[in-house]
Amino acid sequence: MKQELFKKLQQIAEQNLLDIETHKKKGNHVVGFYCLYAPTEIAVAANAIPLPLCGTRQAPIEAAEEVLPRNLCPLIKSSYGFAATDTCPFFRFSDMIVADTTCDGKKKMFELMSAIKPVHVLQLPQNQDMAKSLSPWKDEIENLVAVLEKLTDRQITTENISLAIALLNKERRAKKRLMDVTKAKPSPLTGMELVEILFKTGFFADKEKGIDLMNEIADACEQLTEKKESPYTDKTSRILLTGVPIGLGSDKVVKIIEQCGANVVAFENCSGYKQTFQVDETKDPVLALAEQYLSIPCSVMSPNPGRMEMLTEMIKAFSIDGVVDLTWQACHTYNIESYHVAKLVQDSFGLPFLHLETDYSESDTEQLRVRIEAFLEMM
Amino acid sequence: MISAGIDIGSRSIEIAVLEDGVIRETRKTDTGFDPIGQARKLIHGLKYDAILATGYGRTLFEIEHDAPTITEIKAHARGAIYFFPEARTVLDIGGQDSKAISLNASGNVTRFEMNDRCAAGTGKFLEIMATALGFSIETFGEAAMKAKKDLTINSMCTVFAESEVTSLVAKGENPNEIARGLHIAVVKRAVSMLRRVSPGGPVVFTGGVANNPFMGRLLAQESNREIWTPDHPEMNGAVGAALLAQEMIRK
Repeated sequence: MKQELFKKLQQIAEQNLLDIETHKKKGNHVVGFYCLYAPTEIAVAANAIPLPLCGTRQAPIEAAEEVLPRNLCPLIKSSYGFAATDTCPFFRFSDMIVADTTCDGKKKMFELMSAIKPVHVLQLPQNQDMAKSLSPWKDEIENLVAVLEKLTDRQITTENISLAIALLNKERRAKKRLMDVTKAKPSPLTGMELVEILFKTGFFADKEKGIDLMNEIADACEQLTEKKESPYTDKTSRILLTGVPIGLGSDKVVKIIEQCGANVVAFENCSGYKQTFQVDETKDPVLALAEQYLSIPCSVMSPNPGRMEMLTEMIKAFSIDGVVDLTWQACHTYNIESYHVAKLVQDSFGLPFLHLETDYSESDTEQLRVRIEAFLEMM
Repeated sequence: MISAGIDIGSRSIEIAVLEDGVIRETRKTDTGFDPIGQARKLIHGLKYDAILATGYGRTLFEIEHDAPTITEIKAHARGAIYFFPEARTVLDIGGQDSKAISLNASGNVTRFEMNDRCAAGTGKFLEIMATALGFSIETFGEAAMKAKKDLTINSMCTVFAESEVTSLVAKGENPNEIARGLHIAVVKRAVSMLRRVSPGGPVVFTGGVANNPFMGRLLAQESNREIWTPDHPEMNGAVGAALLAQEMIRK
């Protein structure tokens, strides 16, 4: 049953590019997004397709390094490289890129990217003190509404935004439900399977298709759990991965952990559980978006207490045996914040903790493997 | 019962054979370019009830001999507690990596830190620097001990440090003093790694680099901690593996 659903996932992924093309032929727009902070609801409200963009593979990094410094986060280099080499279909389809000033590396890279395609950069506040930061952030979102109205030559009404919030809330509920199936002990899904589902459905132009498929997979997984079917046993070590985002191509740490016999059951990152929030549907929609998106607990925020709260909840809810904190090389904010994560995991929970700093290349696979094996031996 | 542990490192391979927990025989060879061939020669003629492999070549050995494996982190922790039952912290400086390990009373690892992915702060670093200065690795520590003044080496990257050494030589600096500076650079790095895993107390110093007499002395001085070194520090991983092999059979 699981196999059939993965086949279906692959089919929709293949059909997806045609769906986007059809949408564009009808005179509609596509807006590309790089970061979770930018509310994709505004694009949906303008009847445009919001698409995540490529940035999880090693291949275009060499080309990116012709322009960008080598000692830079691989996610930034990969994102730029895909754009510069025109090898990301989603970037090609995008009429405009919506980016944000999350970290220094990204915001300076976006300056260079704007020579390739129109890039609208949202000025993201660097702390979540609502009294100080909410109002400028809400202004940025209102400005985004105006920018996308101009791009699409459509008026975006409050009602359009409310409907978009309702749709994307529904998608986020489906994602949360899917990610929660691994709370079962043993889990019916491998970490790699979960990464593949989240990554591929993320690109779906038709949101309803993605929602239906994620719910179908969750149903199937719940049935597997009822029948006590799992690739694992009660004794399999259950790992939480936190830190930088990952996707297909930048999943080597998940692969190695699972090759060593453990199961990554939870992902506290912006390609995982950070996507499970709900926007308040009872408030003024732009205000509700501003509040909710500003609360995303990324390490660019200073301070960033939300991440520790999320980790605390997840370690308990997913019956975690150990935590791996992943930092992409040259990502200063996650690298430094690892100190607090280590303290929380080791001192408050008494659990094994491993901090890894790496890039997308395969060159350090064996060095990573020995660290991961030694970490698993502690359980 | 006879158990064996084999530690296939990047520079050398060691094997220890234990009978009921007592060391009966140890053997050692260079890894060379054919670790599995060298390992095969090393175990030739040895008799044991179980063997367990550790070190970077452990997986190759596992495939050829169907033997269980453990990481060198666990092996060094177990070995350290065999030689020094009171041990709670281990520093292992091997050929291509170095690690600081914190352990509990049963010898289980509770925390560990490893050096970066390059050879900085390892035996390989010292070996290349010794060659650059015209010393053999065996006499490098003694030469450093003869230094009369301090000299700071700033680069820890093996390639950069080699250039730094070349420019110091060109400036006419004394090779003994450069040698001392290089030893201090490695030790300082090891001490900060040690502090990350444990705040104080004695440290068991293992791995081939612990054979260098100057390293232990500098470590004690820089860390302000007691340094305990087993007689054959390079055998520690193999002994730990042999002990774990024995525990595995008993289970």
